[in-house]
Amino acid sequence: MTASDPPPSALLPLPAATFHILMALAEEDRHGYAILQDVAARTRGEVRLGPGTLYRSIQRMLEQGLIVEVRERPAPEEDDERRRYYRITPFGGVVARAEGRRLAELVKLARASGFVTRPA
Amino acid sequence: MRFYRFLLRFYPSSFRSEYGGEMTAIFAGRLARTGRAGLPALWIGAVLDTLVNAVRAHADILRQDAAYTWRTMRRAPGFAATALVVTALGIGAATSTYSILDRVLIHPLPFRDPERLVHLWQDPGSRGSWGQEASPGNVRDWKRMSRTLEGMAGYHRTSFNLVGERDPERVDGTRVTWEFFRTLGVRPEFGRVFTPEDDRAGAPGTVVLSHRLWVNLFSADPAVAGRKVILDDVPFVVIGVMPPDFRFPAGNAELWTPLRFEEADFADRTDTFLLTIARTKPGVSIEQARAEMRHIAGQLERGYPKANAQMGITVNLLREEMSRQSRLLVTALFGAALGVLLIACANLANLLLARALGRRRELAVRTAMGAGRERLVRQLLTESLILAGCGGALGIGIAAAAGPLLARLLPGSALLREAPLDLRMLGFAALLTLVTGVAFGVVPALRGSVDTADSGLREGAREGAGHRTERLRSFLVAAEVTASVALLISSGLLIRALWRVQQVPPGFRAAGVLTLRTPLPMPRYEKTDKREQFYKRVLSEVRTLPGVSSAAYITGLPMVMTGGIWGATPEGEPPQFPERRMVSMRYVTPGFFATLAIPLRLGRDVALSDTASSPYVAVVSESFATRYLPGGSPIGRRFRCVFEMRTIVGVVGDVRVRGLERPSEPQVYLSSAQSADGRTSGYAPKNLVLRSSVGAGTLLPSLRQIISRADPQLPISDVRPLTDIVDAETGPRGVQVRVLAGFAAIAFLLAGIGIHGLLAFAVSHRTREIGVRIALGARRRDILEMVLRRGAVLALAGIAAGVAVAWIAGRLMEALLAGVSAHDAATFAAAVLLALVMTLLGSVVPAMRALRVNPIEAIRAE
Repeated sequence: MTASDPPPSALLPLPAATFHILMALAEEDRHGYAILQDVAARTRGEVRLGPGTLYRSIQRMLEQGLIVEVRERPAPEEDDERRRYYRITPFGGVVARAEGRRLAELVKLARASGFVTRPA
Repeated sequence: MRFYRFLLRFYPSSFRSEYGGEMTAIFAGRLARTGRAGLPALWIGAVLDTLVNAVRAHADILRQDAAYTWRTMRRAPGFAATALVVTALGIGAATSTYSILDRVLIHPLPFRDPERLVHLWQDPGSRGSWGQEASPGNVRDWKRMSRTLEGMAGYHRTSFNLVGERDPERVDGTRVTWEFFRTLGVRPEFGRVFTPEDDRAGAPGTVVLSHRLWVNLFSADPAVAGRKVILDDVPFVVIGVMPPDFRFPAGNAELWTPLRFEEADFADRTDTFLLTIARTKPGVSIEQARAEMRHIAGQLERGYPKANAQMGITVNLLREEMSRQSRLLVTALFGAALGVLLIACANLANLLLARALGRRRELAVRTAMGAGRERLVRQLLTESLILAGCGGALGIGIAAAAGPLLARLLPGSALLREAPLDLRMLGFAALLTLVTGVAFGVVPALRGSVDTADSGLREGAREGAGHRTERLRSFLVAAEVTASVALLISSGLLIRALWRVQQVPPGFRAAGVLTLRTPLPMPRYEKTDKREQFYKRVLSEVRTLPGVSSAAYITGLPMVMTGGIWGATPEGEPPQFPERRMVSMRYVTPGFFATLAIPLRLGRDVALSDTASSPYVAVVSESFATRYLPGGSPIGRRFRCVFEMRTIVGVVGDVRVRGLERPSEPQVYLSSAQSADGRTSGYAPKNLVLRSSVGAGTLLPSLRQIISRADPQLPISDVRPLTDIVDAETGPRGVQVRVLAGFAAIAFLLAGIGIHGLLAFAVSHRTREIGVRIALGARRRDILEMVLRRGAVLALAGIAAGVAVAWIAGRLMEALLAGVSAHDAATFAAAVLLALVMTLLGSVVPAMRALRVNPIEAIRAE
């Protein structure tokens, strides 16, 4: 995959769901349900991804090389056979940081225009 | 939960099988934690989530497949181009001819309830079964007596000198009784059509214009109602405009005016000129109407035993009558087009089969990598769809381009409005292509990929085809050869027929003759003397023009005016009722025969001295003399024709008055100066013919001056060389031959491609075998034989079947062949020879490639 990776900027701006999933995977490998929970917790319940959106995003992200499925599982007692775990790739990290920078620039511009009244 | 699983079905199945389980688990978890109040929101959210993402997931796959298709086609541009061209030709041919078929055979009449519209003819039994126009008296009685028909309307085609707000011009019009438009069930685009009031004798003249005339004459001014036009010196008020696609009774119908009768018009029942349309009443069958009209005919025969002797009444369905002449031609064309479509599909099938076999490896690899069967089917389907879609789009282009050419097949027909492309047929052809694509592209590829997922991968596994596929491909190629041979022979026969017709001597020399028409408006030129003055003045001036060697006036040009048929009764023989000795009668001025170079066999031409005060004379054609006056010289013998006894003063060669393909009645030429005032003014000579060594362009200005000096109000129309008229005779046939020959050429090319493709594939997949054989000492001849035999066997099988099909097809289209034998040996031989040459050409490249196989490399590749 790496040989044919597009430049990170080609994928920007990321769909919101994709960025949320990347953030959820930043700390550790997670399975689908765990991603949903993390996203909900991180946004204090503001963002609730549907299962369809989640897995379609995952499918695309796999194709784009942002994440990979991991084979080694956590300790057996925590594992659920049905679940697959996903891990952010180095390329995924690069893309996520690029998206973060893009959003930060945007917020800076918005602040200069007086659209942001308190630190975000 | 069942509902959620149902929702999952909207996703592509590859997606579902990958993630469905987890999605269900997540949803189940949410469902368990949601209270009663939250349920509706949860379900609505689930439905929206599913719909949005399912559509996107499908779109993702489609995008991938399209990109994949694009890549594979780029890798094999030859395949892609051939497949596209083949598909486009098939779809184009089938679609464009079907739109004509639809016009002519299926929906020939753009009128309300066309299946109830009938045409009525008087049927004078002995004079041919086609029937003739009816007399006003008879039509009035039919209308009065019939209980099965309604809305009976008479019409009569004629032409007018039209003076509007521009130069005078000559237009074709139709005089109609007021029910005409109502019976057809058509409405005007503007204004109104006729009412009983318009038919009343003495009512002001009213006229309905065609769309075209309205645009030309009044620049499409919507406020046209109430404007005036002058028709043959009489003012008429415009009351309405017909829509552009209304062209009844003929393609050149430009205006309609009321046909009015006075009581006297009904008296003479031998004066037959009315065409009659009517509708069967609802629930009445055509047979019931025919039976009733038979009964009525019997009553009228008893009532008017002389005029209606043996007079039957023919009732034809209008739609059948209008399509009768063109039916065979159109059917033949459509058969040819279907042949092309089938060949195209066979070729496409062959291409796809070959490719499917070639792709077994690729598909086996993808299966091994975990692509599901469904996913592969879907991808192959997308490929077929894209192929059929692109081919179809190209095909529409071809059909659109061919439309104008095909419309010329049936010139002057009331049927062929600009035929729009027929969407149903386009759909049918595209569907056929798609089915072909699926049946021959997807299925074999899958069978290969799934059944032999292992063997396909095995290194070096021979990619040769299974015997069944091999046989199928051979059969397809043989079928292509069959169809192309049949088409070749059919078009060959039509070409021979065209040659034969072109070689028919018309009876005159057309080259160097210019014709034009000076319609003499009738109240003004009713007197014979007045016309004679006009002829003398114009002709004497025309003859002095440089380059003009002779000039004359005649009633109607051969092949243009085919009517003017009268009975002739030789002196001393009893008249027949009805008279069966029919002649084609023309009034001429002196010099007509010299102008057209019609040979004078005996006696003399009519002369200026043959006037109303001298004995009535006639010049007759040779066939008149041999058929009606056998034995002895005809000169000086007399016969009664057009009210008078006439003495034969000359005999001339026969002319093909009715055209090159139909027999003509014997001809009788009378002196224009001897036509009786008023009685035959419809036959007053209006056509000027002149033989000249210079072209029309040079002569025309002086001709216009001469005619306008003689009568400033007289328009000139129909200026054309006589050769144009003769060429027009073979025009439709020429187009028809070109179209069919075009189809045959396409079929031929496709079959050649098919043979080449089959052999090339066979050779490339047997390279190793060939290498081994060469290594084992096979001679070049053996290798060549191995390749060529295959092509030859297929070609011979195809040719044999093709000859059989053509044998039958020839029979069916015998009527189009102008007397050429349907089993013309030369044509058959030529087509067979061509097919053999094509086979040879198709085999050459693969055979050469087989010969060039290097045994060492071929075996090492193992």
